[in-house]
Order: sequence, then C-alpha cells, then structure tokens
Amino acid sequence: MQVERTRTVAVQTTEDVVKARQLVRQAMAAMKFSLVDQTKFVTAASEIARNTVIYGGGGSLRMETLTDGARKGLRLVFEDKGPGIADVGLALTDGYTTGGGLGMGLPGAKRLCSEFDLESEPGEGTRVTLVRWTLT
Amino acid sequence: MTQIPVLKIGCSLVVSIQIDMHDQVALALQDDLTEKLVSTRARGVLIDISALDLVDSFIGRTISNIAGIAKVLDAVTVVVGMRPAVAITLVELGMTLAGIKTALTLERGLALIDDALAASD
Repeated sequence: MQVERTRTVAVQTTEDVVKARQLVRQAMAAMKFSLVDQTKFVTAASEIARNTVIYGGGGSLRMETLTDGARKGLRLVFEDKGPGIADVGLALTDGYTTGGGLGMGLPGAKRLCSEFDLESEPGEGTRVTLVRWTLT
Repeated sequence: MTQIPVLKIGCSLVVSIQIDMHDQVALALQDDLTEKLVSTRARGVLIDISALDLVDSFIGRTISNIAGIAKVLDAVTVVVGMRPAVAITLVELGMTLAGIKTALTLERGLALIDDALAASD
C-alpha cells in the first residue's frame, strides 16, 4: 500500500471542526468519491473532530491519500493529548455518553467508515484512525 | 458570530440554514428561535436544510431540541429539504429524528404546519 500525501491541520476549536470537514470534503471530491460516500465520511470526521476538541482538549488531524491495488482511500488520523478513554469498548457502545450528548458520535462514526481504529491510554491521549476506500 | 436569519411567514417562523454551522452557531439558532417563538407567538417552525451537505449528531440533536422546545411552547416543527445523501448518513449514524415532521419542499412543509394546527384547534 502506498501513502501518497500528508497534510496536518490543527483541531482546537469548533470552527476547526468545520474547517476539518470542509478539507475532508474537498479531498474526497478530488478523489471522485460518490456523494453518499463523501457525506458519510465527512460526517464521521465531524463526529471525531468534535470529540478531539471537547473531550481531548484539542489536537490535530493528519490526512493521507492511500493507494492499494485497484482501490484508493483517504485516511484521517485524529490525535489529542487529552485524558484518554478508560473503557474503549464502552465508549463504542450506542447510547453511552459522559458528555451529556446522545452517545452516538463514536459508534455512529465507526459505522460510517470502511476501517476504524481507536487507541487510547488514560492520561496519555487518544488516537482515532478512519479510512474510507473506493475503487479507482 | 454568524447569525442565521429567522423570518416570520403567516403564523410560522421560517429558518433556512445556508452555511456550514459550527456548534455555537447552532446553539445560538436554538436560543434565537426559542425567544422569537414566544415574542411573535408563532405556532409553527419550519427549518429548511436543503443547503446543508452534512447533518452530524450535534446538528441533528439541535434540530431535535428545537422541535422539543417548540412543542412545549405550543408550536409545530417541520424540517424540509433534506438531501438524499444526508438522509442515508443520518440513519446509518443512528439518528432518525424520531418525532420530527419532515417534508421534501418548503411549500409542503408550510402546508403540513397548517394541517397540524388545523387538527389541533
């Protein structure tokens, strides 16, 4: 698999959440993802970007374009140095929330991606990796 | 901060969201609509989301909150113009906007409010 391009932007404020989803939208449109694929993945990115700001205290988004045989993909890596998630399994459960929300952000975002990975250590921060693939 | 205009048409408040809202703008809209519902004694709220290419859980929750507040204040809320890709994504996200009336166009949305008010009066 080839990783073609990397771009890193700050995700510190709710305005940055809007900027992040616009960047993801532009990248996906340029890669000719279908409109439904774009909407799903941008929505997933929005959920995770908001978590980075609200729960992680701000962090960064790294964007990578992937090529793997006949398919191409977009990988988003959200990282923060916040308090981390004590129970990753619980955080991925529909309806579970510590922030007064609906508890659908993380599990919902996971459903909207081709690949989803969440790594977190309490006190160390959180890294969420999202990938969406499309055939070239 | 950007403010979303709220217009009064007949006995309804009409909002057309034309920008990619960040969270504070969505919350400000919720507060503004609540105040205008009371000050104008409107009986309906119509929210046009035809320009939105994304509705995530926060925006979805804000729309649900607006509908809930409007109901307590004796008004009916209708969401109109949802794009197909947004509808597909919302359902997959797990957000079905349960209990919210929807219509495909503004015209049908206003008619839906009229029907709901006629039925309740």
